[in-house]
Amino acid sequence: MVYSDRTRQLFADELTSIRGKGLFKEKRFICSAQDAEIEVEYPEGAPRRRVLNFCANNYLGLSSHPEVVAAAHQGLEERGYGMSSVRFICGTQDIHRDLENRLTEFLGTEDTILFPSCLDANAGVFEAILGAEDVIIADRLIHASLVDGIRLCSAEYDTFKHMDMKHLEKKLEAHQDKRHRLIVTDGVFSMDGDLCPLGEMVALAEKYDAMVLVDECHASGFIGKTGRGTHEHFGVLGRIDLITTTLGKALGGASGGCVSGRRELVELCRQKARPYLFSNAIAPSIVSASIKVLDIVSGSTERRDRLEWNTRYFREQIVAAGLNIREGETPIAPVMLYNAKLANDMSRDMYAEGIYVVGFFFPVVPAGAARIRVQLSASHTKEMIDQCVAAFRKVGEKYGILGLDKQGIIDKYGM
Amino acid sequence: MADMKEVIKEYIVDEYLDDDDDIELTDTTPIISSGIVDSFSMVSLKAFLEKKYGISLPDSEATPEAFDTVQSICALVQKHLAK
Repeated sequence: MVYSDRTRQLFADELTSIRGKGLFKEKRFICSAQDAEIEVEYPEGAPRRRVLNFCANNYLGLSSHPEVVAAAHQGLEERGYGMSSVRFICGTQDIHRDLENRLTEFLGTEDTILFPSCLDANAGVFEAILGAEDVIIADRLIHASLVDGIRLCSAEYDTFKHMDMKHLEKKLEAHQDKRHRLIVTDGVFSMDGDLCPLGEMVALAEKYDAMVLVDECHASGFIGKTGRGTHEHFGVLGRIDLITTTLGKALGGASGGCVSGRRELVELCRQKARPYLFSNAIAPSIVSASIKVLDIVSGSTERRDRLEWNTRYFREQIVAAGLNIREGETPIAPVMLYNAKLANDMSRDMYAEGIYVVGFFFPVVPAGAARIRVQLSASHTKEMIDQCVAAFRKVGEKYGILGLDKQGIIDKYGM
Repeated sequence: MADMKEVIKEYIVDEYLDDDDDIELTDTTPIISSGIVDSFSMVSLKAFLEKKYGISLPDSEATPEAFDTVQSICALVQKHLAK
């Protein structure tokens, strides 16, 4: 037997070790459509209960929108279930071309290529366009998929302190001997909700002859006055060389991602990016629904505006309740607890109060920076947000942290 | 050796810590396993050591474990200087 008892035991030991470190990810089952209120079975086998969802990337509340669902049905009826091919053999339908053109228009770029996911886009883009003569200079807190993509590429890489433009400038100066310099950042950082200072970054890129790649997964659809992203927010539309983003969050929430940007760079991805060349085309129903999503977000800013209001309201109320929040203006609102066990215990108690939120701690976030990450959605009502804040107040009181600052919480619970 | 430790400490503070970080860096403070420096960002420390001391550190030896304290980093550099 190839999978011997010894082999099985070695893998089981590894799982035991993950459990022992408190890092084991439990399964949680959603028994309804994705929305602001969902039915959940957790832990596995427990009775289902209805809870308010404050941990989805469903920023615009479009995951189960009737028009989006209808468009998916239409795509399924008219173009079938699957493509059974990669894009360049026989996997490209007219609607794939339509969606790429619509994304180009929405993001204000020159061209777009779809990938099965943004993780795939990030895994493929660097290797397709850069080589050993080049350097990638990345913010230290970029998404894991960008880190993986950078490591797959033969270009040298370097990093700069999170959102520190002086440090970035130092690195740009140090790498003037390279053929190409590519600055890499998230537009909105997924764990902290920070907005990258993209205006300053683009100015530095232009000064030091560098390109800029921005991952807009937590921005596309709602950051900026018309939701085009971080580049719209900072007034640098058309000056970003590469945007990677997802259809799996605000823009419908199913799956799929893209690289959008300079014509030649996108074309190189079509020729060389391995996740594009060796993975199936996005299913027609998702393509069709994604086009409908772009119709909705291009036609009105109502959802984006409601999300902005919800974000501001939640942030104000949670601070008034005496909790620590990482300041900012994005719908990613981390309630800071610093201690991993406290974050875990409080998220469990929040679930008991009917609020579905998750604790994050090292190694997902830096040690001593444990938090409960709250994510707002346009589909949350004011009453839902009030319920969430009331639950935080009740649970925070139980643990005696209301009104405590960072040092106060650390003194009480440690880091 | 004492000089080398100070040079490396100064680089780590300048490259990785923010002004408001309240961390006292000693010879044995874990910098990677504690999360002060992540393995992705370690690359600049490796490049600094190679340039400063004129050595080449193979990836198989420039591990998060070897880079975890000023003491272990110095030991690695000393080993390559002696070659």
